[in-house]
Amino acid sequence: MPTVARLHEYQGKALLAGAGVAVPEGAPVTNPSEAAAMARRLGGRVVLKVQAWVTGRAAMGGVRFVETPDQAEEAAAALLALKLGHFEIREVLVERALDIAHELFVSVAIDDEARAPILLLDAHGGSGIEQRAGSVHRLPVDVHTGVRDDALADVLRTSPIEPCHHGMVIESIRAIVTLAAGCEARSLEVNPLVVTAQGDVVAVDCRMAIDDYAVFRHPELGIEIARELDHPATRLERWAYRVEQLDHRGTFYFAQLPVNGTPGTPGTTGTTGSRGLIGFHGAGGGGSMMSMDAISRLGFQLANFCDTSGNPSAGKVYRAARIILAQDGLVGYFGSGSGVASQEQYHSAYGLAKAFAELELSIPAVIRLGGNGEDRAVEILRDIGEQIPAEIRGYRKDDTPAFIADRFAELVEQANGARWSPRARTIPGFVGSGYRFPITHGTVWIDHDRCDAPTTALVIGNSSGLLVEDNGRPVLAVSADDVADRDSELVALEIECRRAARPVVFVDLPVEGLD
Amino acid sequence: MIIIDQTRRVLVQGITGREGRARTRLMREYGTTVVAGCTPGKGGQDVESIPVFDRVAEAVQSVGRIDVSVLFVPAKLVKVAAIDAIRAGVKLLVLVPDRVPVWDAMEIAAEAATHGASFVGPNTLGVLSPGRAVLGMIGGRAESAREWFNEPIDGRTVGVVSRSGGMTSSCGYYLSRAGVGLSTLVHVGGDSVIGLAIPDVAAMFQQDPETDAIVVFGEIGGSQEERLAAMMTRGHVTKPVIAYVGGAAATEGTRFSHAGAIIEGGRGTHAGKVEALTAAGATVVESFGELPAKTLEVLTQLQPAASDP
Repeated sequence: MPTVARLHEYQGKALLAGAGVAVPEGAPVTNPSEAAAMARRLGGRVVLKVQAWVTGRAAMGGVRFVETPDQAEEAAAALLALKLGHFEIREVLVERALDIAHELFVSVAIDDEARAPILLLDAHGGSGIEQRAGSVHRLPVDVHTGVRDDALADVLRTSPIEPCHHGMVIESIRAIVTLAAGCEARSLEVNPLVVTAQGDVVAVDCRMAIDDYAVFRHPELGIEIARELDHPATRLERWAYRVEQLDHRGTFYFAQLPVNGTPGTPGTTGTTGSRGLIGFHGAGGGGSMMSMDAISRLGFQLANFCDTSGNPSAGKVYRAARIILAQDGLVGYFGSGSGVASQEQYHSAYGLAKAFAELELSIPAVIRLGGNGEDRAVEILRDIGEQIPAEIRGYRKDDTPAFIADRFAELVEQANGARWSPRARTIPGFVGSGYRFPITHGTVWIDHDRCDAPTTALVIGNSSGLLVEDNGRPVLAVSADDVADRDSELVALEIECRRAARPVVFVDLPVEGLD
Repeated sequence: MIIIDQTRRVLVQGITGREGRARTRLMREYGTTVVAGCTPGKGGQDVESIPVFDRVAEAVQSVGRIDVSVLFVPAKLVKVAAIDAIRAGVKLLVLVPDRVPVWDAMEIAAEAATHGASFVGPNTLGVLSPGRAVLGMIGGRAESAREWFNEPIDGRTVGVVSRSGGMTSSCGYYLSRAGVGLSTLVHVGGDSVIGLAIPDVAAMFQQDPETDAIVVFGEIGGSQEERLAAMMTRGHVTKPVIAYVGGAAATEGTRFSHAGAIIEGGRGTHAGKVEALTAAGATVVESFGELPAKTLEVLTQLQPAASDP
């Protein structure tokens, strides 16, 4: 089953076969003895290919031809021990080797300039698009009717492929284009499509990426995480994706970046030239990238890229921070986005404050929350910073990313090489018994035993009208439905109680997988 | 000014939804002339005393000419709604929703081409001409937008075109603080297939007498920045271009939030874009913080040339 919106070769080939394009006989295996068995079943010469999204797989030693099952076993063992790019190899495709007469390069891509699909076609064989740039034909694809047969025939006429095979080649190419449209691929590359010595037309390789935004319409593809990543989804990326799926208010995008070649590698700071690994929390796609550049320029290495934007709830920002802080070896937490947001920035401040407080953050955090409500956002972060070991600084829209990156570097310097070790959140003692009510994917707890008159007044005053007094204690004032999605207001309430040194409210917002 | 001012007659599709309703009010408060709304099945209702119709063609028939339609409908309904507007003769669409499937965007593009229409987005915050009108949701509250964005200033006015919504506002805000005037802010949208792209918008700014220079917020992925560079080289864009390109630290093969922000097969890299723009004569800043001062510098150098007949 594909884990992300990029498919492995064998997954793409299964789709090609379903669309009427011939593929070599074979199957993926996960250990050497399976490889031997598959080679025995296929008989004769077979090819073993690592399943990884890397370019130039053959040049990296990821493809082997063998003659016997024993050799297949040996080759599979070697291939499964490889590491290519960001990939630990888990699967090897074993297929019958073909006797190839002609190779074609066939690729359906999206042409951003034409705002239309395009077919890249080279019928002169060879491998590697760079080497053949001159002989690749760019054929327009109509989004409704596909590619024109006469255009395909024109390309084939000038190729060394014998005319008797042209009909079948055209049919296969049309099927590839139809498949790309049918499963809404962002790209579908068959390199090569071959004509065998026996005259069959077969897809020998397949690279395919499905449009993230269309995955919801394609349950048949069984894509677990609709994200385009250059590696199989990590544990944290799975948790993050789950959070995004459970709550569609605002955007939450999270990807781990390669550290020493592998995303999600813990504790690898201090490597050549790096001033340390950081947790990165952006807001807005462009603003996040701009902020990433500003902090990277100072020599820090991002453990992850993250973007919470589009008015996310405090609960969503909190969960994002929790996932960022599930990474080992961080020297600091850097948050910065577009800087001039039209949304109220204190919701994000409350979410971050809750995560930092619960984890008793002990590495520096620099957060720039520019835009409406920024003064309140900065005050919240400052007050929570005073209650925990970490140095926390909040900044506004008039502080540039380069300026706050410098402040961050100073704080990291002063922290004397402190590194973050992920830890469990602290949950107050009153959680588990006493007054509570459920909200979507969470529970709100109130410590009624410590609710004297001023505390009750404080709680109700900060509850955005969600709570009322009952026998001197704060209780829910609205229906279960009306409070279900009010995590922003409830997280604000929890943090306001903390700021007032009366921590009697706790919003339990577990992160699936982490808690 | 390009694309929008108070004289253009605007339709809102999805006007009865939460977002559509709220944004219609904000657009009006800023000066936009909203003449009708459209939500299938809600024809006959009013939103903020704006008449609502089932189909765009009915709206046109009832209220007369419609210049622009702004869409606040769920992503999966954007295609149907956009085609409805295009077939009713609307020549400019603003597709606000995020997560519109790319094959839907290509169908919209094909339909628009057939009917001579164009569109901004998908995944756009919209277009804002300071002091005049706004399409979409740039600036949020009308008073914030008035406070943040300068109106055009004689001889010191730029047009802003950006691939990032948040950074469209940021560019407008920081440029205004630096004393630069703004003709129009355009967020082209973060997707890989969009309607008006950076080069198209730059061509519009080139024709706009109010615009003295063009500020670009670019990103990794796709070819918009390279195509702008090619237009400059060919002499189709001669006004000064000041640009920042995000994603210097981006790695290949991972999407950086925006659907269009991905380096694939060595194409769409930060270095490639910076090189193309620089070679074409654009002023490219390495750090975003340098953008306002650099822009002012370029505009100041322009002054004597501008007064020279």
